[in-house]
Amino acid sequence: MGIAGYTGILIMVAVAAAFGGVVVLLSRLIGKRQESREKLMPYECGIDPTGNARRRFSIKFYITAMLFIIFDIEAVFLYPWAVVYRSLKIFGFIEMVVFVGILLIGFLYVWKKGALEWGSKSI
Amino acid sequence: MVDTTQYLVLGAILFCLGVAGVFIRRNAIVIFMCIELMLNAVNLTFIAISRSLGSIDGQVFVFFIMTVAAAEAAVGLAIILSLYRRRQTINVDEVNLLKW
Amino acid sequence: MGIEAGTVMLGIIGPEVVLVVAALGLMVADIIIKDERERQFLVWIGVAGILGSLAVSASLWGREVAYGFYGMVVVDNFSTFFTLLFLVAGGLTLLMSHRYVQERKLSPGEYYTLTLFATCGMVLMGKSTDLIMIFLGLEVLSVSLYVLVGYVRGSDKGVEASLKYFLLGAFSSGFLLYGIALLYGATGSTRLAEIGAAIAQKGLLGEPMLLAGMGLLLTGFGFKIAMVPFHMWAPDVYEGAPSPITGFMSVGVKAAAFAALLRVFAGSLPGLGIQWKEVLWLGSILTMTLGNVTALMQTNIKRMLAYSSIAHAGYILIGVVAGGETGTTAVLYYLLVYTLMNLGAFAVVVAIEQKDEKRLELLDYAGMGTRHPALGAAMAVFMFSLAGIPPLSGFMGKFYIFSAAVKEGYLGLTIIGVLNSLVSVYYYLRVTVMMFMKEPEAEITPVLFHPSLVVVLIIALFFTLQMGLFPSTYLHIARESIKIFL
Repeated sequence: MGIAGYTGILIMVAVAAAFGGVVVLLSRLIGKRQESREKLMPYECGIDPTGNARRRFSIKFYITAMLFIIFDIEAVFLYPWAVVYRSLKIFGFIEMVVFVGILLIGFLYVWKKGALEWGSKSI
Repeated sequence: MVDTTQYLVLGAILFCLGVAGVFIRRNAIVIFMCIELMLNAVNLTFIAISRSLGSIDGQVFVFFIMTVAAAEAAVGLAIILSLYRRRQTINVDEVNLLKW
Repeated sequence: MGIEAGTVMLGIIGPEVVLVVAALGLMVADIIIKDERERQFLVWIGVAGILGSLAVSASLWGREVAYGFYGMVVVDNFSTFFTLLFLVAGGLTLLMSHRYVQERKLSPGEYYTLTLFATCGMVLMGKSTDLIMIFLGLEVLSVSLYVLVGYVRGSDKGVEASLKYFLLGAFSSGFLLYGIALLYGATGSTRLAEIGAAIAQKGLLGEPMLLAGMGLLLTGFGFKIAMVPFHMWAPDVYEGAPSPITGFMSVGVKAAAFAALLRVFAGSLPGLGIQWKEVLWLGSILTMTLGNVTALMQTNIKRMLAYSSIAHAGYILIGVVAGGETGTTAVLYYLLVYTLMNLGAFAVVVAIEQKDEKRLELLDYAGMGTRHPALGAAMAVFMFSLAGIPPLSGFMGKFYIFSAAVKEGYLGLTIIGVLNSLVSVYYYLRVTVMMFMKEPEAEITPVLFHPSLVVVLIIALFFTLQMGLFPSTYLHIARESIKIFL
């Protein structure tokens, strides 16, 4: 394929960079500049920022993130399974039921043990 | 066109970087990141070989490595966390109640 | 692939299915039962799972060789032998842990579940005929054990051991995987049989990629069997882990790694086996010598048993190096013998140990034998057996290993092995002397015997004696198990 195959992408990158640059430059040249406290505040989804960003987070974020990774990565097996589903027939279906069933028990366990409770102090 | 050898060499370099990092760095989390680098070097090698051989086995292997790495990460970070809670440090040189 | 084929395949992993169902049942029971005291009964779900699995795998013995899951796993006598061994180890560990968990108020649900999963991982390792499966089995057992090692969260040593085991375990997995990747690159397959065929067909033996791959693979296995120079994690982890888990690791992980090693080297890649004999030969000498010499200087019983376990890996490596029918048979027999005598020794350690890692020093054993003659006698049997004193099973195990080595012409290795055994007598005997001959400095609180622990002691004692006095049955079983490699 060589470099020739990427020409389209290169053009795209150049156009995107130029467009962004031109727009920023134009608004700078044409627009009026009014600085206010609200405008200079860091943007946090429209909510007033509270405190420094470098403070310590609750451990609960970590536990939730960890559980998310574990359950999320299992989805990786669903894709190849879906691709060959037809040729596997009913055997493939049962296999996946078992797989998801085991995951479900794991999820149930996490849930009932209270790892998903935000308010509890048990962890 | 990048040929397979170059991918393999890149994989080997990344793997060696990971190994070197494990020996040099003293922060448990950084050591763990170096181990992850080793695993990803292996993934790259698998994909490159799989592509050049036209066999799908290597890609399947990568799926499993990724899953296992996620499980290991969850367990490993939890261990590092519980260590920090007890000792207030994750520097492996300070973790020496047992002789290394 | 129809559903009938699916059920046939299910039969092949029958023991694992029973184990996993029991483990999942345990998890569900753990969330249903709210009462802390009632939860102690969870151990019996685990034991029931092990017994069920034992029954299923015993029925697989002597059947025709059957491959399952597209050639990923196999049922042959070799895999059934190891399945039985792991199940026995897992079952004894559960029983040994019963009081340990209760006394320390550890949460029982996860503990027993993880033990079952670890056992399942070992069983899978013994069964796999594909490097992917070997890796997965290894990880199932390792990840469960990372957690179990640090299970006593109040223990500084435990958490530290857990971290060390985790970091070095993950590190060694990296090596193993890179080795597998290179093997795959050199031969185009991850199936052991296909790798062997590709090497034979294309004459790849000297190929650098293959050599590098095998070297890395061996490094990965070396970590798991604690072969010198990859042994440095073992003493720390064995000392810090909960004692029943230490016993489980010292026999189970080792046997699982040896099972995989034998399948890779002796079974499917015989050409490679010969090529790597010199490396294993050196590894064996270093492992034995370092293990035994360092064990002499230990004052903590668990640390001493850790070095002893390293030394035993060295003896077993002699058998692997000798190879052939006699050598491999001896390896299997030795693994079986070692499993029972070492778990027995750990059962005594668990019995004597008190909460908060107390009574683990050798000096604490002073007077134990005179206070509790039965316990002292049991420990003496296990120690003599580990030292290789006739007529106990440890002696027979070493005898078969050494005679196989002599037969295959490894005279030097045998002499070093015998010398090492002589050295080891000192530190094993010291425990017994301490228990019977030395008076304690302070009055000792008596040992409380828990029925589960007594059962473990009796089982271990019975087999340690029986396998020594009547070894022929077990040798026959071991010989039947390795027929597939001949």
